[in-house]
Amino acid sequence: MGNRGHAVSVSFVQRDNGLQMLKYLLKRLSLLIPTLIGVATLVFAMVALSPGDPARVMLGERATKAQLEKIRAEMGLDRPLIEQYGIYMKNMVQLDFGESIKTGRKVMDEIKELYPATIELAFFAMLFATIVGIIIGVLSATRRNTWIDYTSMVGALVGVSLPVFWLALVLIMIFSVGFDLLPTGGRINIRYYFEPMTNFYVIDSIIYLFREGDPKFLTSVLRHIILPAIALGTIPLAIIARVTRSSMLEVLKQDYIKTARSAGILENRVVYRYALKNALLPVITIIGIQFGLLLSGAILTETIFAWPGIGKWLYKAIEARDYPAVQGGVMVIATTFVLINLVVDILYSLVNPKIRLQ
Amino acid sequence: MKTENNDKDMNLERTADRMPPVGKTLDVPDEPTFFQESIHQLKRNKGAIAGLVVIALFLAVGIFAPYVSPHDPLEQVIEMRKSPPFTEGYLLGTDDLGRDMLSRLIFGARISMIIGVVSVGIAMFFGLLIGVVSGYYGGWFDKIVMRIIDIMLAFPYVLLTIVIVAILGASLTNAMIAIGISQIPRYVRLVRASVLAEKEADYVIAERSIGASNFELMFGSILPNCLAPISVQATLGVGEAILSSAALSFLGLGAQPPTPEWGLMIASSREFITSAWWIVTFPGIATLFAVLGFNLFGDGLRDILDPKLRD
Repeated sequence: MGNRGHAVSVSFVQRDNGLQMLKYLLKRLSLLIPTLIGVATLVFAMVALSPGDPARVMLGERATKAQLEKIRAEMGLDRPLIEQYGIYMKNMVQLDFGESIKTGRKVMDEIKELYPATIELAFFAMLFATIVGIIIGVLSATRRNTWIDYTSMVGALVGVSLPVFWLALVLIMIFSVGFDLLPTGGRINIRYYFEPMTNFYVIDSIIYLFREGDPKFLTSVLRHIILPAIALGTIPLAIIARVTRSSMLEVLKQDYIKTARSAGILENRVVYRYALKNALLPVITIIGIQFGLLLSGAILTETIFAWPGIGKWLYKAIEARDYPAVQGGVMVIATTFVLINLVVDILYSLVNPKIRLQ
Repeated sequence: MKTENNDKDMNLERTADRMPPVGKTLDVPDEPTFFQESIHQLKRNKGAIAGLVVIALFLAVGIFAPYVSPHDPLEQVIEMRKSPPFTEGYLLGTDDLGRDMLSRLIFGARISMIIGVVSVGIAMFFGLLIGVVSGYYGGWFDKIVMRIIDIMLAFPYVLLTIVIVAILGASLTNAMIAIGISQIPRYVRLVRASVLAEKEADYVIAERSIGASNFELMFGSILPNCLAPISVQATLGVGEAILSSAALSFLGLGAQPPTPEWGLMIASSREFITSAWWIVTFPGIATLFAVLGFNLFGDGLRDILDPKLRD
């Protein structure tokens, strides 16, 4: 009974339009390519326009003119800009970002190694934010205008107003320095001999646990991820709590909830079975968008917690003017962001047919 | 818009019904205007008032910084290094170089307020201009603008500011420009959508028919009608700009030492988390309160100005 609204929209989808859905999908996908080309162009312009000379960065201040010329020729920097752009785009399509000026390794290889660390951190941050955020949101909606509601909403507002990097330092100050409970940084106790396989340390350490029966890796990995995940997850937590609350209040006003209540269904069942399910729709969108944003928010968090992910790596690359690395890092993060948003949009249009008709 | 017009018509009819007998006057109380009604609602919105008070406080402190700060924010007193709070003459203590924390925070307020206003100013100026023109004329210009906006939105906000600063070079001015540019898309979208909704409205057609120029229509008639959502966006944008500039400075991409910028102060405090908590804590609290003020006021404004939320 509580699902009537939902059922109507489902039948609408089935009846009306596989075709319309397909059209929408094609439209979204066709926008993806020009956007990515634009992103790649902007990233190219970023390096072409920025002050400083990559050849100089590579060779240092004492390089002679002849050496500089030679390396420029090798890197193709002596060619006209348009030709450089052509070569760059050709490489981009093949996911070839060139070699890092600093380490001499393939940028793509470095990214492949580091990205799992960032994704793992973002995943746990989002897990924390989603669980706590939804609980707080539901509690303040069902106990509207009580002190629980007021405290949570003031807390949520504080959460979006916090400088995250400062919160990270305060967390370290309290939990690592003050109470000596959790490590200040890194992914695992560096004294452990740990050979990562997937580079997702949680998965790796679980494999170790099953293979060798020793939980010390898993404990260490989890202890290391707590503080950075909390720091990184605070903003999404606050946003999820606010969205859950307002969405929940909206749903609780609707007729089918009133009907359910008047039919004598227990309040808890009404809230958690019937209302929450529909109220979570907008929350899912927010979770997707926030996950994309976390990947760039990780630049700050990773720098502070010495987390060997793509954010800290990108920051170092910007500092060192390691252009191929900067291009690769920015390109990968932006592409991930675009893809996540695309998936979120498509998912949302699947559950909400109105979007497609626009 | 339509309902408002209907209301006016009905009011006219009502007044016509109640036309006073000739020779007598009747006091018909004026309906409160949207603006008056908003002020009334504002007074009842505790969060908005609290936000406004906080903003006013930080603005005042920022403007009068040289008069209210007890010390020169750059003056180093070597023998007073790392004094804890409540040391005589140094209410909030001193930093690692013996500079007064309170004075640095006060001048930091000035810098952050300037950053907020300038960044949002840049974003609004270009955002409104591009948005209005793009929505009004449509066509190829609109298409190109929307493509560029899509590309900008393909970057997560923080990353976009970092990328722009990386192009321009690290400085406080460039940080403001980068934040300003990164915030342009939201105004373009907002204004463009409003313009599309308004440009065929009766009042625009009427004004065009009596010879109003495109310029007058765009900036004199249509734009003022989208000011409500823009002001909400701008208020929230100032808070966001303060946070972003602190983040950029923290990464060494914004303000440079010895500028008393809050983010930079937090960055240089990192090595003292074991020894001097006040150097770490206070700049963060200052940032938090300033941003909170703008967020509170912005949220309040949204509740007040959004007619849908009005009872």
